[in-house]
Amino acid sequence: MTQASANNKMVVKLIAIVIGMFGFGFALVPLYDVFCDIAGINGKTEGIAAVYQSVEIDESREVTVEFITRTNTGMPWEFRAETKRIKVHPGELNTVSFYVRNPASSNIIAQAIPSVSPGTAAIYLNKTECFCFNQQPLQAGAEAYMPMQFYVDPQLPEEITFFTLQYTLYDVTARASDLTTKPNPFMESSAQSGE
Amino acid sequence: MSKATEVISPDTSVHHDEHEHHDHIPKGITRWLFTTNHKDIGTLYLWFAFIMFLVGGAMAMVIRAELFQPGLQIVEPNFFNQMTTVHGLIMVFGAVMPAFTGLANWLIPMMIGAPDMALPRMNNWSFWILPGAFLILLSSLFMEGGGPAFGWTFYAPLSTTYSGDSTALFVFSVHIMGISSIMGAINVIVTIFNMRAPGMTWMKMPLFVWTWLITAFLLIAVMPVLAGAVTMVLTDKFFGTSFFDAAGGGDPVMFQHIFWFFGHPEVYIMILPAFGIISQIVPTFSRKPLFGYASMVYATASIALLSFVVWAHHMFTTGMPVYMEMFFMFATMLISVPTGVKVFNWVATMWRGSLTFEMPMMFAIAFIVLFTIGGLSGLMLAITPVDFQYHDTYFVVAHFHYVLVTGAVFSIMAAVYYWLPKWTGKMYNTTLAKWHFWCSLVSVNVLFFPMHFVGLAGMPRRIPDYALQFADFNKWISLGGFAFGLSQLIFLALLIKACKKQGEPVSAQVWDGAEGLEWEIPSPAPYHTFETPPLVK
Repeated sequence: MTQASANNKMVVKLIAIVIGMFGFGFALVPLYDVFCDIAGINGKTEGIAAVYQSVEIDESREVTVEFITRTNTGMPWEFRAETKRIKVHPGELNTVSFYVRNPASSNIIAQAIPSVSPGTAAIYLNKTECFCFNQQPLQAGAEAYMPMQFYVDPQLPEEITFFTLQYTLYDVTARASDLTTKPNPFMESSAQSGE
Repeated sequence: MSKATEVISPDTSVHHDEHEHHDHIPKGITRWLFTTNHKDIGTLYLWFAFIMFLVGGAMAMVIRAELFQPGLQIVEPNFFNQMTTVHGLIMVFGAVMPAFTGLANWLIPMMIGAPDMALPRMNNWSFWILPGAFLILLSSLFMEGGGPAFGWTFYAPLSTTYSGDSTALFVFSVHIMGISSIMGAINVIVTIFNMRAPGMTWMKMPLFVWTWLITAFLLIAVMPVLAGAVTMVLTDKFFGTSFFDAAGGGDPVMFQHIFWFFGHPEVYIMILPAFGIISQIVPTFSRKPLFGYASMVYATASIALLSFVVWAHHMFTTGMPVYMEMFFMFATMLISVPTGVKVFNWVATMWRGSLTFEMPMMFAIAFIVLFTIGGLSGLMLAITPVDFQYHDTYFVVAHFHYVLVTGAVFSIMAAVYYWLPKWTGKMYNTTLAKWHFWCSLVSVNVLFFPMHFVGLAGMPRRIPDYALQFADFNKWISLGGFAFGLSQLIFLALLIKACKKQGEPVSAQVWDGAEGLEWEIPSPAPYHTFETPPLVK
């Protein structure tokens, strides 16, 4: 039965390809992030705190950073940036503050997701402290100011003089219990957040 | 090409069959349930595909009835969305793909001189899990809250955050469809690699076999990725993962990348076998060998390879950087080169041939003309800046229905009209066939051509209502749709008559200019063929 054994050999190889491609589908998830990181195209900022150490301040130029806030559909919080825009020298450490209020009658846990536009600027935005590193609980009717400390990498390309940082707040109350038992890229930091 | 068909001893194998009573055919329902015969399984696939074509078509009729007039008349918007979703899923996974698999089952062993498919028992399974998959999908429509309503592309977060519980059934049914087509593809590859008759070298294989071989490789490469995508949707929805949920660190745009990494090769899965069919039919009725056989093979392979690097042209409006848009635009346009090679080869095959216009040839010529229209509108969509206007309009709907209905579906009809006499041994009713052809040809263009205009004017797809200025065109489109739907009932009547073995008996060759191993065996094709392999010179 050489025919049958030849067939079996081939089937095994083809099934290996199928399993490999099934795995590749899942491998696309980390690959997507890696590719976006390298090309700096998705506007994602680092999910962990940067260390501000021996950074040279470039006094020769100024960059305008603009802050935009929005809440996801169904998220009742009031959310706004106290500083709408700020001019900074690359390398200089700055702190801005965001205001939140929970007008709902229930306690809600929020997660802020950052996005930088143009996306190429994202990797030059370093945050030493951010409320987006952690989930933010707020009692019904409570309000808070959340700080964000950042500096712009002096390596920022000359042609970028202006970029926008947008935060979207998501209601994660339902999944919050899930996430505390699981490692989450946005929770790995020990950075303190204000409340 | 023509050399491949010079068979030394087909007669001996045929006589062998008759003398030893190999044609013992089991009776009753168990014949079909337990069959491992490639011809039976091919027939099952083809009937299943045709039934699904009618079911999916009935859903299209609901869509067109709703869109006959502006305003909401007949169905709820949520049900309308379920109709567009399930219509797409059924036509892609239930009609076109099983029809091609059915043709592969019937024809590949007969074309390469093999007695059966390499893995007959798996072949039985790969068919019989399909009806279950579609039963699950269709039954989800009767669930509380309705069936899937997020479009056949099931974009997250529509399919994760905003979908109903029926999503679980949708995911499960897509898994089964995927397993079925992967098993079918593995069978095709093993059969072609290991079971060719002596002398049937690679470059003597008929083009239908070549295109199916390449299609089968595409299937095993991308169907698992689809399975991965639906699995991620399932766990995002029901098990708290966040692959596509930004709040948990995921990314909804990534869904589109993963989906279209499957989705673009998928559209070639639905058209490459069609190219093979047309490449069999045109030479027969031109009475000339196919022009540029080798270039056809290479063109098919290059289309398949290119299909892996163009997926993001479905996503130009998601906010990609310009250089990526440029890359995907030019890579997409590059595909028109091998596709153009094919179209010109078919035309060159007809050039100075002694043409006759039997039914398969009529469908093949309609395919060449109308598929090219679909290809050209595809080229327009490939241009990034204009795609921002065309995106998600009826222009896209017009484009993919030209390549899938007048492309894939017409090629399947051409194939049925071409090989049906070989399968039944009788010539089908050509009067009905002519009616079917002309009614379909006229109505399909009334149906899809005006969609270009309303699309360019800005009518969005997947919406049950539209602005008043589109009313006249939509009336025409709906009338064309009803006519096209009714025309398929003529085809149904013809097929029932043919399966009852009505009609004039045909010779082994059936068509005057037909060449190839399948035309050397008697008509109807005996239950077992090529038990002794033929020798191909």
